[in-house]
Amino acid sequence: MNVMALPWLQMTILLPLLGALRAGWQRDSDIARRHTLVACSLALIAAVGGWINFALVDGPVAVDRWDLGEVVSGGALFSIDALSAPLVPVGAMFYLLVALATPRTKLRLMSFGWLLISEAILLATISSQQPAMIVVLLAVGTIPPWVGLFSQGCSTRVLSIHMLLFVALLVAGQALVGWSESANLRLVGVLLLTMAVLLRAGIVPLHGWMADLCEFGSFSNSLVFLVPMASAYAAMRLVLPVAPDWVLRGITIISLITALYAACLALVQRDARRFYCYLFLSNSSLVFVGLETATPVALTGALCLWISVILALGGYGLTLRAIEHRVGRLELDRFYGLYQQTPGLAALFLLTGLASIGFPGTIGFIGVELLVDGAVQVHSLFGILIVLAATLNGLAILHAYFRVFTGARRGGTIDLQVRLPERVAVLVLTVLILGGGLFPQPGVQSRYAAAAELVKQRARLASGAGTAARPESAPSLAARRGKPVAPHSPKSSR
Amino acid sequence: MNVDAFYLAFGVATVVAPTALLVLVGLSSLVGWSISEQTTARATQTAVVAGLLAAIAVLGLMLFSGQRHVPIELGNWVVIPHEHFHFHLSFMFDRLSVPFAILTFTLVGTIGAFANRYLHREPGYHRFFLLYAIFLVGMIVACLAGTIETLFLGWELVGLSSALLVAYFHERPAPVINGQRVWSVYRISDAALLIAAVALHHLTGEGDFIKLMGQGPWPAGHAALTSSQALFVGLLLVVAAAGKSALIPFSGWLPRAMEGPTPSSAVFYGALSVHLGAFLLLRAGPILDESWLLCTIVVLLGSTTAVFAAMAARVQADVKSALAFASLTQVGIITAEIGLGFRYIALIHIIGHACLRTLQLVRAPTLLHDYHSLENAIGQHLPGTSGLEGRIPGRFGVRLYRLALERGYLDALIDRCVVRPFLRTFRWCDRLERRWTAKLRGGAAAEFDRQGAPAYPKELL
Repeated sequence: MNVMALPWLQMTILLPLLGALRAGWQRDSDIARRHTLVACSLALIAAVGGWINFALVDGPVAVDRWDLGEVVSGGALFSIDALSAPLVPVGAMFYLLVALATPRTKLRLMSFGWLLISEAILLATISSQQPAMIVVLLAVGTIPPWVGLFSQGCSTRVLSIHMLLFVALLVAGQALVGWSESANLRLVGVLLLTMAVLLRAGIVPLHGWMADLCEFGSFSNSLVFLVPMASAYAAMRLVLPVAPDWVLRGITIISLITALYAACLALVQRDARRFYCYLFLSNSSLVFVGLETATPVALTGALCLWISVILALGGYGLTLRAIEHRVGRLELDRFYGLYQQTPGLAALFLLTGLASIGFPGTIGFIGVELLVDGAVQVHSLFGILIVLAATLNGLAILHAYFRVFTGARRGGTIDLQVRLPERVAVLVLTVLILGGGLFPQPGVQSRYAAAAELVKQRARLASGAGTAARPESAPSLAARRGKPVAPHSPKSSR
Repeated sequence: MNVDAFYLAFGVATVVAPTALLVLVGLSSLVGWSISEQTTARATQTAVVAGLLAAIAVLGLMLFSGQRHVPIELGNWVVIPHEHFHFHLSFMFDRLSVPFAILTFTLVGTIGAFANRYLHREPGYHRFFLLYAIFLVGMIVACLAGTIETLFLGWELVGLSSALLVAYFHERPAPVINGQRVWSVYRISDAALLIAAVALHHLTGEGDFIKLMGQGPWPAGHAALTSSQALFVGLLLVVAAAGKSALIPFSGWLPRAMEGPTPSSAVFYGALSVHLGAFLLLRAGPILDESWLLCTIVVLLGSTTAVFAAMAARVQADVKSALAFASLTQVGIITAEIGLGFRYIALIHIIGHACLRTLQLVRAPTLLHDYHSLENAIGQHLPGTSGLEGRIPGRFGVRLYRLALERGYLDALIDRCVVRPFLRTFRWCDRLERRWTAKLRGGAAAEFDRQGAPAYPKELL
């Protein structure tokens, strides 16, 4: 049997769904956690299998040999290309780490069923290239965090208002872009799509829901909804190919303002969760800056930064959550002095924080370098502002580190040391952050391939259809590029 | 084996030796292996001696072969050929970098041996040596860097290790707050250097010092920039250097840095770290030469800093702060020398001053002890030298004394003009946001809101 012929992508999505069924029915939270860990691990293996499969395939897109969509509609539902190939395993790994690092004391409060459902939705979104499918999955993806807030008895109004608006804009925008014949209406559709994506990304002034979710929801719930940056994927697939240059320039400017504003707000926060929210917002906005400049270098930087944000700020969030589990909600206007009791967490806190600001030797370094270099090619002020945002974030990172781990002598006899599952998570993240930082060339090469493909795709569509072009699905692009695919069956697995 | 192969072998060894130390100490901390103090000390000693011998060997070869400029190419760390983007790892051995590298190894090695005894059985012994290894790698990479990006890499490592070393005694808030302050200034300096690096790339398409500063060996060379371009890039480099070398208006961090343990104060803020800004200006000498206005700014900055620091040094109540300002006086003079074009004098001044200051700072704690013994023996205070207040009579003297005592009000000025308006503005934004989401939520504001406005300390930045 040819292992590479397995339907890796569908397995990646199906396994968490099956796990959700098993874990959701379990009343014993310990067993539910075990089921979740198994499902997440298998999903990660399947995602890596899909990635390897893509690497072996001679073409820009890889699809499963047996795709469910072929039976239903005659076209592949799920496919990955250079952009999404590493994002799927990175997303799957992040979910595994979230489940792994959940302490036993919090098991009862954790809904593993919904965690796995949200994983399946995310992985399906990233594995999809058809705009309509992405729209549906993005809309469905707003349900798990809402359920999380609702089940905790918190007010869901802020999230509901924003996400309903997001879904409405997304659906209306895609409908106009996809089905309208008029160029003006398509342009309106592009603007609606842009607003939807910016809202989901939390771009200022539409970011209130983010701070609300982080502050009142469970931290795990917030992390899995924010960290994988599904909004960036939506921007890549839905907006970038069809938006005229002036729209992209507008997104770049708004994202830059957001990055700076959020970095400044992170510095004045007292609540650690709100601090994390603004730190994340600042960094994710920097990714948007690069994504929308649409130059290959900046785009490569943004794509590198995207993965670095998932790993670095994902790890940072998990560390913060682990500390919260030990000492309760953190306020950053006092010193906790936790270094002596949790040196491992202190090291990871600092490492992930520094990686997020692009410190040398970490995975974020080259991403920031490329981003600044590419942004300067568009406008020199853009590069200066990116550096300024990174500088402010650097101040915030060390400020938080000093407040949480130093400045006081903490007594107590309770053991706060890192547990084994946490240690595994710490080591995995450390290896990835330092490994990606010390040997960045393979990652950069892969991201450049994705960026070049996106730029080409955009140029092709723009030359064919004027300002607001109609998008086309990836398999048809693959077929046009002379990839050896059969009609109605764009298989490329070996 | 020809001479180039020897250059390559010794050149690489100069960089690899401290890196190996960092890998060893870093890995052991990361994985949780406990290594003894003796092993740490031996590893440090071996790495420093190996690096020093390699650097001396390169110097010997340069003298023997008559070459004054030896580039060591390690290839591209990152390359995107289609976009002409490359992150080139190259090191440069010349009349500037080799003496600086040898000075670094000598002083860091001496302090390593001193710290091994000074911090014996301290709980933070291994943390100190981890930061020490990061600092050493940063210094060596920065001073041997053949491209501005490589220099930036080392520059950042020096900044982080310095800030964490200031906060070494981290069970007290004061060192931590001072560490945060140092980090804030260093971040500004880092940002200026990064923007300068990107601007240089943008303007010339090059990041290699050889191509940027011309083919001639240091200090000769001719920058490939126009006068206005040189002024723009040069000003950014001056900001970067001012932050790292504690020149005005960033002088406030230097006495704060003395909060760290004596060995780190001695080698980092008294001798090496504080000279890194001057080193940057020396390296960027050809850029300075392109603009007389830039040179004038550098001279003014250096001389103002020297005068200010000389005044402040005379009124300090503790020996480490007095030495910090004495050190700053010399750094100011060195900066002025660079602006005036006396590059060799500046380099010799750096080497001599770094050695003297390391000795003074390391001797400071025992000197105090000796003074106390002497005073006990003679039964009275030792006769003191008259300070600033005695030399300038009248109200002007008092004002000058206050100005020096308050360290030129520089920190207060930064707090008042930058930190407070910043905090006030963004706290207001934060309150506004909370009110808005509370309104959307249809309920009360968050728990943190009800407790009133966050009382943030002004030492934040």
